[in-house]
Amino acid sequence: MTASVLFDAPGPKARLRNRLYSVLGSLALLALLAFAVYRLDAKGQLDPAVWNIFNNAGVRTNIRDGVLTTLKVFAVAGVLSLVLGLLLAVARLSEHRPVRWFATGFIELFRAVPLLITIYALWVLFLTYKNDLGVVGDNTAFWGLVIGLTVYNGCVQAEVFRAGINAVPRGQVEAAYALGLRKHQVMTTLLLPQAVRSMLPTMISQLVVTLKDTSLGYVITYTELLYATRTMANNIVVNGENPFTAVTIVVGAIYIAMCLTLSSLATWIERRGRRAKTGVAVAAAAEPAEQPGVLDVAHGPLGPVDGDADHTR
Amino acid sequence: MNVLLDHLADFREGFIGTVLLTLASGLVAMMLGVIIAGFRVSPVPPLRMFGTAWVTLFRNTPLTLLFLIAWFVVPVIFVPGLSPWMKALLALSFYTSAFVCEAVRSGINTVPLGQAEAARSLGMTFSQTLRLIVLPQATRTVIAPLSSIFIALTKNSAIAGAFSVTELFGVQKLLSDKGFPITWIFLWVALAYLVITFSISGLFRLLERRLGVAR
Repeated sequence: MTASVLFDAPGPKARLRNRLYSVLGSLALLALLAFAVYRLDAKGQLDPAVWNIFNNAGVRTNIRDGVLTTLKVFAVAGVLSLVLGLLLAVARLSEHRPVRWFATGFIELFRAVPLLITIYALWVLFLTYKNDLGVVGDNTAFWGLVIGLTVYNGCVQAEVFRAGINAVPRGQVEAAYALGLRKHQVMTTLLLPQAVRSMLPTMISQLVVTLKDTSLGYVITYTELLYATRTMANNIVVNGENPFTAVTIVVGAIYIAMCLTLSSLATWIERRGRRAKTGVAVAAAAEPAEQPGVLDVAHGPLGPVDGDADHTR
Repeated sequence: MNVLLDHLADFREGFIGTVLLTLASGLVAMMLGVIIAGFRVSPVPPLRMFGTAWVTLFRNTPLTLLFLIAWFVVPVIFVPGLSPWMKALLALSFYTSAFVCEAVRSGINTVPLGQAEAARSLGMTFSQTLRLIVLPQATRTVIAPLSSIFIALTKNSAIAGAFSVTELFGVQKLLSDKGFPITWIFLWVALAYLVITFSISGLFRLLERRLGVAR
């Protein structure tokens, strides 16, 4: 136990007490676990027949397809949200007032509205104009989900990009202009690379959010992992009931595995970046919403930023 | 415009539903989160492990899945006969508690060790150190992340509408099923959420000003 702000280094008495608490704590946790297992058993959820369904080829194919569909939505929405984020961030830092205002308004509106509301509205909209939309009209639920995810996460990613750009020291921009670089060159060769480098962990953490939010497809009856496995469980009867519990445990484990893989990638990149002694400091691998410092910046290398919560001109 | 005027009662119900659910889940999440944070900073290894497992589990599970668990697993295995509103409260507060726990923990970790050492060398007891030195300084750091956590909670409460709890998403569904133009419904519902989130961030900014400590 390293020194913490809460406790002094434990003496013999405290060590004894901590050991006692450890034993009691372990017992309490074991009791909790035992109770859960007991309840599962009492309800017949630990019956081999219930778990035997995962040996069925059809069930496995179903789960695999669900995972692939979820990953497909995630891949498309992830890439699109990064592209949109980049565009919105650059627009929000533009020198043209209308462009800046439009980007600010767009970001603030779609960041404040629940993603589910946006997805549902898009889905209904696509359904209404199904016949004039071509590709989108053929698969309304998919595109409603993807575009909803793109819009919301793009707005968050835009703020992350902007925070990264604003973390670049102002002197660099002045030096670049002094060398005669153009505006777009300053953005592409100087600001963006450093912004991405410093914000990569935060961006990946937001991608974890994107991955988790693909499950909202359940609400608009799109067959991603949750909806696919749920309809599957509805159609299987073991011992006179649907195996919701077993399927939920398996699906939960799959989601946790996917998200943890991505989160640990973010943490790894953050650690790697921390080792470097040069350049802009690497941000933490936390969700941007959890890092209040990330999303409100008053002054960047391009001068004061407007549209921030407590920034007054 | 007509959508709003003709269905003012629906909108009001939904708005109140969202506010109530957010408030209640926020309170429960705060309590749970502080307890779990206490576990995570305690000198007792099993409790620390429990806290870590709790946070990892709930942060990496989609909220929709937690809603499904609350609806189809909890009643079968643990407590039968909960109302939909209670189930939504369970799912939302457990999910949010993981984020609250992390915010509280990092708040405690930002207090410099020297502060606590100075307090102990003055002869303060554990509870005095906590009450007078550590917590007042930690609170300040916790307020900003807590504000974004509660805003996220407000937005997350929309999922409860998909599970037949009266709130704003339910209103959106109802009115769009009745055939009103979705764009107008979306704008009014968005406005309602903007009102709530702005109130939350304003309230927390006020708190931050009141509780500010010199660093």
